[in-house]
Amino acid sequence: MSSEGGSDDHVVSLRDVEVHFESDSGLFGFGGDADVVKAVDGVSLDVPENDIVALVGESGCGKTTLGKTAIGVQRPTGGSVHYEGQDVWKAKDREGDVSIPHEEIRQSLQIIHQDPGASLNPNKTVQHTLSAPLRIRKPGMDTFERRDRIHEMLSRVGMEPPDDYAKRFPHQLSGGEKQRVALIRALLMNPDLILADEAVSALDVSLRIDMMDLMLELQDEFGTSFLFISHNLSNASYIAGKADGRIGIMYLGELVEIGPIDEVLGNPQHPYTRALMWATPNLDPDIEDPPDSPLRRIDVPDPRNPPSGCRFHTRCPEAREVCTTESPDLYADGASDAEAACFRVLDDHEYWDSPELDEEGDDRTDLVDESDHGGLADGAAE
Amino acid sequence: MTTMQPTDVSTVEDPIFEVRNTSVSFDMARGESNVLDSVSMDVRRGEVLGVVGESGSGKSMFASALLDAVVDPGMVTGDITFHPESGEPVEILGLPEDEIKRIRWEQIAMVFQGAMSSFNPTMTVGAHFEETLSVHDRPVEAGMDRARDLLSELYLEPAQVLGSYPHELSGGMKQRALIALALVLDPEVLVMDEPTAALDLLMQRNIIELIKQIAAERDLTIVFITHDLPLVANLADRLAVLYAFEFVEVGPAYEVLTGAKHPYTRALLNSTPNLDTPREEMQPIAGAAPDPVSVPDGCSYHPRCPLADERCVEEDPPLDADDPADDHAAACHYVERVREEIPLTLQEVRRHE
Repeated sequence: MSSEGGSDDHVVSLRDVEVHFESDSGLFGFGGDADVVKAVDGVSLDVPENDIVALVGESGCGKTTLGKTAIGVQRPTGGSVHYEGQDVWKAKDREGDVSIPHEEIRQSLQIIHQDPGASLNPNKTVQHTLSAPLRIRKPGMDTFERRDRIHEMLSRVGMEPPDDYAKRFPHQLSGGEKQRVALIRALLMNPDLILADEAVSALDVSLRIDMMDLMLELQDEFGTSFLFISHNLSNASYIAGKADGRIGIMYLGELVEIGPIDEVLGNPQHPYTRALMWATPNLDPDIEDPPDSPLRRIDVPDPRNPPSGCRFHTRCPEAREVCTTESPDLYADGASDAEAACFRVLDDHEYWDSPELDEEGDDRTDLVDESDHGGLADGAAE
Repeated sequence: MTTMQPTDVSTVEDPIFEVRNTSVSFDMARGESNVLDSVSMDVRRGEVLGVVGESGSGKSMFASALLDAVVDPGMVTGDITFHPESGEPVEILGLPEDEIKRIRWEQIAMVFQGAMSSFNPTMTVGAHFEETLSVHDRPVEAGMDRARDLLSELYLEPAQVLGSYPHELSGGMKQRALIALALVLDPEVLVMDEPTAALDLLMQRNIIELIKQIAAERDLTIVFITHDLPLVANLADRLAVLYAFEFVEVGPAYEVLTGAKHPYTRALLNSTPNLDTPREEMQPIAGAAPDPVSVPDGCSYHPRCPLADERCVEEDPPLDADDPADDHAAACHYVERVREEIPLTLQEVRRHE
């Protein structure tokens, strides 16, 4: 057991991870401070062995950057990332006592992308693409053994007959088939963790369950953990739910809620989680959900200049004065295993005595004064 | 071929569009490919018609055909009649170029996926509005007042947006600005092809609510085309489902969602990730959608359909209702067996609650 790296049954452990990018502010750059985008700001996250963790948030919330940091391809500007107790970047820099070489860490942490077409070489057959990881991982294998192993994997993911698929080029595959090839390529590295970054978002709705079921079967069979990143709560809920996994909700570089999926979705504590659930379309027409947006502001603030205090306060329907100055930590209410970065979780927080914010800057009420051109604001003003 | 009988009698009251036996084909090296196969569909004035189809089902071709905007070398055939609020009906296909150009934007506007490419990067957003107004001989000043109203209805700061270049706006802002631009000439119909696909969940939901309000307020007819069934589920008045370049089902949204009549629609409902559907009960659809050059004979869904038999291989079922007065139709020989044999997961759950 390592002191900082979390316990050994975690594949990766992130502690207070920060990824800050300096953004080029062009003309106004000289003389002043360069703009810093805090893509990830103080996030701690453990990914256990043989588990699924889903990360959900809007674009620009930092979920992809956090995912890349977790698999060791993005160096954090602060905090630490451990793989099986070994600090990933100390291994890279050969600093201190390195128990697991960096090369091995990189092979153990794999990624599949949103656009499988772009990640496969268009000039190489499936056979060729899938031989590469085997040459690295199983240098003793001869050509015939490699072919058998590849055919076995193609059959395993339902690409039959495998010898036909092995000869194809990427343009001869459907989107779902390309994504399966990308998944096999990652699996052949025998990884402990696969980062699936919007890996089913580009697929047709009816193919998503199939692809996620496949990941779940492979997780079960090979013991691979998945860090599943999505902007779509329905997909995240499906895959993490079936694996009895966890979900983390991100907003402007911070983790605002995390916990077992059914606890988070069954009883969301953070107003942002509730907003995401409101925004998730429901197939059941008998569920009348309120048409009014629960957000005070529709647009996400500029990440170069995030709001003070709780970063969500400018859009939060529950925000009070204290939220504009104080930044909440992740709190648990004691009743569940979930944690949320919201003062409302704590019964005795000064939030409850803090004055409510005035309605200025509320998209839902902005239009009341000019409603003479139509009834658009009527419903929203109540 | 699945067609409604081409008659002069429309299937809906007060249609704004009557589409009859309309096909789009491309000559390809592998053979002629029909990417829209003799479809017939009516659009009712003032409704929101949700057209749902997976990639390669022909849904974008349907959108383009409504505006006679199919790109070369695609060939459109058939009849599409547009009934403007006032004036004579117009046959869309085969109109001279200058007339169709005038109808587009002025009467039938469109918002397509990816607002990013719809704006000229060297012009401010305001210049796009001014140009659109002046090209269509509208008074620019009054038109810009209207533009400002539209933008603020869409929760945008008019002065800021009009003065910005496209790259200075976020994706969600650009998409809303494009919707305002489509509405600035006060069209009767808005055709939207995946208008929110590139946007985040919250922005998507907000834009859907805005579209709903604007449609109701302005008696606008909307044809909303998407692969995302849940997204249109609570926006559309009616839903039309495309499979393999044909409409396989059409009906009031509530009825299609709670009592779909076509096996494909039912399978689609059962395979769509949804927060309320029990995860263990969700089922993927086996098999793959057909290639346009080799659509199966008979019912094109038969290779994937659990109900299929010889008749489905030989006979293509027409899209019609058992009862002519019924406005919910499906192209299936075995509509009466569907309910028993392909249960709808979500409805089963509700029943047992």
